[in-house]
Amino acid sequence: MKHALTIKDIAQEAQLIRSRVVFCCVLVAVVSLLLLARMFQLQVIEHEHFATLSEDNRVKIVPVPPTRGLVFDRNGTVLAQNTPTYSLEVVPEAIEDIDSLLVELRNIVEIPEEEEAQFRALLNKKRRFDSIPLRSRLTEEEVARISVNRHRFPGVDVQARLSRDYPLGEIGSHLIGYVGRISEEELQSIDSSTYRATTHIGKTGVEQAFEDLLHGEIGFQHVETNALGRTLRVLQRKDPVPGSSLYLTVDIGLQAVAEQALGENNGAIVAIDPGNGEVLALVSVPNYDPNLFVDGINRATYQAMLQSPDRPLFNRALAGRYPPGSTVKPFFALAGLEQNIDKVRRSTWCRGFFQLPGREHRYRDWKKGGHGSVDLPKAIVESCDVYFYELAQSLGIERMHDFMVRFGFGEATGIRLKGEGSGLMPSPQWKRRARNLPWYPGETLITGIGQGFMLATPLQLASATATLSMGGLRLRPRVLLRRVDPKTLQPRETSPEPSSPIKPVLEANWEEIIEAMRNVVHGPRGTARRISNGAGYQMAGKTGTAQLFGVGQEKKYREKDVPKHLRDHGLFIAFAPVKKPRIAVAIVVENGGSGSRSAAPIARKVIDYYLSRLRERKTEDSLMLTDVRGLPLDESRPRRTATMGISRP
Amino acid sequence: MREDGSISQRLHLDLPLLIGLIVLSALGLVVLYSAGGESTSLVIRQALRLAAAFGIMLLVAQVAPRHLFHWAPWLYIIGLGLLVAVLFVGDIAQGAQRWLRLGPVSFQPSELAKLTVPMMVAYYFVDRLMPPKTFQVVIAAIIAVVPTMLIVRQPDLGTSLLIACSGLFVLFLAGMRWRLILGLFIALSASAPAMWHLMHDYQRQRVLTFINPEQDPLGAGYHIIQSKIAIGSGGVYGKGWLNGTQSQLDFLPERSTDFIFAVFSEEFGLLGVALLVALYLFVVFRGLYIAVQAQDSFGRLLAGSLTLTFFIYVFVNIGMVSGLLPVVGLPLPLISYGGTSLVTVMASFGVLMSIQTHRRLLSD
Repeated sequence: MKHALTIKDIAQEAQLIRSRVVFCCVLVAVVSLLLLARMFQLQVIEHEHFATLSEDNRVKIVPVPPTRGLVFDRNGTVLAQNTPTYSLEVVPEAIEDIDSLLVELRNIVEIPEEEEAQFRALLNKKRRFDSIPLRSRLTEEEVARISVNRHRFPGVDVQARLSRDYPLGEIGSHLIGYVGRISEEELQSIDSSTYRATTHIGKTGVEQAFEDLLHGEIGFQHVETNALGRTLRVLQRKDPVPGSSLYLTVDIGLQAVAEQALGENNGAIVAIDPGNGEVLALVSVPNYDPNLFVDGINRATYQAMLQSPDRPLFNRALAGRYPPGSTVKPFFALAGLEQNIDKVRRSTWCRGFFQLPGREHRYRDWKKGGHGSVDLPKAIVESCDVYFYELAQSLGIERMHDFMVRFGFGEATGIRLKGEGSGLMPSPQWKRRARNLPWYPGETLITGIGQGFMLATPLQLASATATLSMGGLRLRPRVLLRRVDPKTLQPRETSPEPSSPIKPVLEANWEEIIEAMRNVVHGPRGTARRISNGAGYQMAGKTGTAQLFGVGQEKKYREKDVPKHLRDHGLFIAFAPVKKPRIAVAIVVENGGSGSRSAAPIARKVIDYYLSRLRERKTEDSLMLTDVRGLPLDESRPRRTATMGISRP
Repeated sequence: MREDGSISQRLHLDLPLLIGLIVLSALGLVVLYSAGGESTSLVIRQALRLAAAFGIMLLVAQVAPRHLFHWAPWLYIIGLGLLVAVLFVGDIAQGAQRWLRLGPVSFQPSELAKLTVPMMVAYYFVDRLMPPKTFQVVIAAIIAVVPTMLIVRQPDLGTSLLIACSGLFVLFLAGMRWRLILGLFIALSASAPAMWHLMHDYQRQRVLTFINPEQDPLGAGYHIIQSKIAIGSGGVYGKGWLNGTQSQLDFLPERSTDFIFAVFSEEFGLLGVALLVALYLFVVFRGLYIAVQAQDSFGRLLAGSLTLTFFIYVFVNIGMVSGLLPVVGLPLPLISYGGTSLVTVMASFGVLMSIQTHRRLLSD
């Protein structure tokens, strides 16, 4: 500006700009006339043409949701299905007075306040000719009552739609999971075109993890509508492709037995087939009824579930972090053997406690008087703590950590379910990183008996037990057995997923450990000897008791003195039969007290049930021509084709 | 100072312009209620955005043009920096990288460029003799082209077009010679094949669809066919508010945003369209009047450029919805649902008001 004042001819310059602005004014006017001319062309000259097109423009494309795939257990029992339910729907356009309509409808069917609130919210959002649900899940009697009175209520109709149903209710709820209405957040992450007609999506468990398989492909209908947008007839359709049916590895009978065996206690049980990594049961108690979530759970019930100290919505089997207690002893003993530590070849004298050289603190044994002379098998069979304090001291935390990591402790197993915990296998590096503190020798000792920082999920424990039982064969636990393609009905089996196996240094070492574990159950002095009575098979196991409550140096832990939520967790790991393992289990009974009393008997029930089922199936198999594909007979084809020509005894 | 002007003068508001903007915004809310399926929440959200945008206009109007003049180079450099930043750390939405996140707020640096580019070009010319020499035209063109190319890269064809225009308008108003303009026009036509090469697939698709919408009636051509049916079936008097069947029955895509003009034309007919165009012309002519009245070259060039850019918005949107121009994805200012470009448009009106109202104070 300052330059402009001195050098430039302001007046001439201003004149130049003004003339250009005037030119622009003319240009703007001309262009505007051009636009108006275009509008004149469309709205006056070609009006007839477009008006006709507009009248004809009544073919709408309506998306049709696919039917969600079914979920079965390994034997073909239905775990999740779609059942037709009836809902009461209202088209606002046809209603004169919504309030009086509601009053009159309430004489016929019950309409909860919450559903009315939902209805009123939708009333403002949807268009006047859209059908809006007022009441879901009508009973057959209610449907009948509405049908009789229907002539009195134009614009009110009963709609049938499929809704998800879990026929077994609470059984296996943590594993199966549930579906619920798609949330705003989920809308962001899903492909909106394939979900255009879908209202529900898997929220937890298998329903969530295998959403992609279960959902299916959307279909379309070309429908003719009247001027108000109401459908008159369907012109053509592309059918949706239903989702795949999934057969899970879980045996729901076993699951139910295991859940029941926990009784009143909270806890978790995981059973795995060691030969292929199939998860046979994944129990977390308390359970919940997944059916409550399908149409939106009542707020009060949900709050109660969230705030309950029992945490029924928490999947303990997958994400529970428990001190593994003495169940780690076989693994550390194996570490000692494989690392060729001198210690394990010599007996030690257990006098009931252990002291670090030059220290006062007594690391106590669970048995007050001590076990006397203890060698490695006896240390496992009788679960001598002192022996393992000494072993841990010789091994050192680094070697213990490295060995346990190979069994999968401290990392998620990679099972295809969301929300798996990774547990914790402590090391000096971890402690420096996480807590910024040095590692103390005493911490090595208590790690040796599965206390201290070490935490494991029940799934990790079961998986590690399976690996131990198979001599180092590590398979990723999996829950999907096969999927059945909805179009071809061809089953697609999933195959075992090996992860880095552990190569034994000496096979005999593993056999020695397994023999000691067998004696935990079958030996005369084993900590779980009580459960061997009448078992028709050989089982290997290890008890564990995880302390939650620190007992003073001179005090004695008395169960009755401790509040229930601070009592010890009872643990047990086991597999059977010893020679050719078919099932490996890990059991955690929260606040159940000692593992031998609370957890071990459950293992017996679980394994009994599973092995007897296997035997039954074997006899059935030899009697019947089973489907080679292993399809459940009642599912894919009539049973008689399987039994044809063979008379059963 | 006259009595009736005192309040608006003190607030640095230009009353005729303000009234024009308010009427347009109110009309926009009325159309939006219909286009959004009679959703009050949508209208309320837009009303809040409008209120915020008017607030920003008021704020900008308080800044005297001489401050804008001194800040112009710095604002331009900052804008350029942000445009480069967005290419590296910008958020990607719908295949384009336009957003820059600063804590909880995210914004499009390309919006800032809509103001800084004409400011910078005008700043450049204030010190020079007008009409500009060829060399100066080249410099000014570079000032405009660099941010334009950065925005093409994002890619955002509509916005880059607007920014290139805003720079060119300053050049034109500064008195660029006619033969140069002709030469530039020829050069642009010649470079069309190269542009085609640079375009993204979806942008090419839009051009192809523009040339022949009927080739893909259910795909890319669907927008244009449906919007032409909506406009054409509206006739002279329109189908009436809330009664546009094309718009109400879901046939018309993007009917709250870029294609809201089709809803308006269907429901209010040619008469409504004439009124709307007249309203826009009122605002544009008032803006150009402010440009003519401005006291210095910077004010004249800037006011003229911002006003003409606003008109380009209107022209391109109506042109594309009525099938005169390819679909480039520009909203109809003050009517379409959405807040990002609204803020910039209102800020530029704030600049206009500042130029108009600080004028007399300076001359006192």
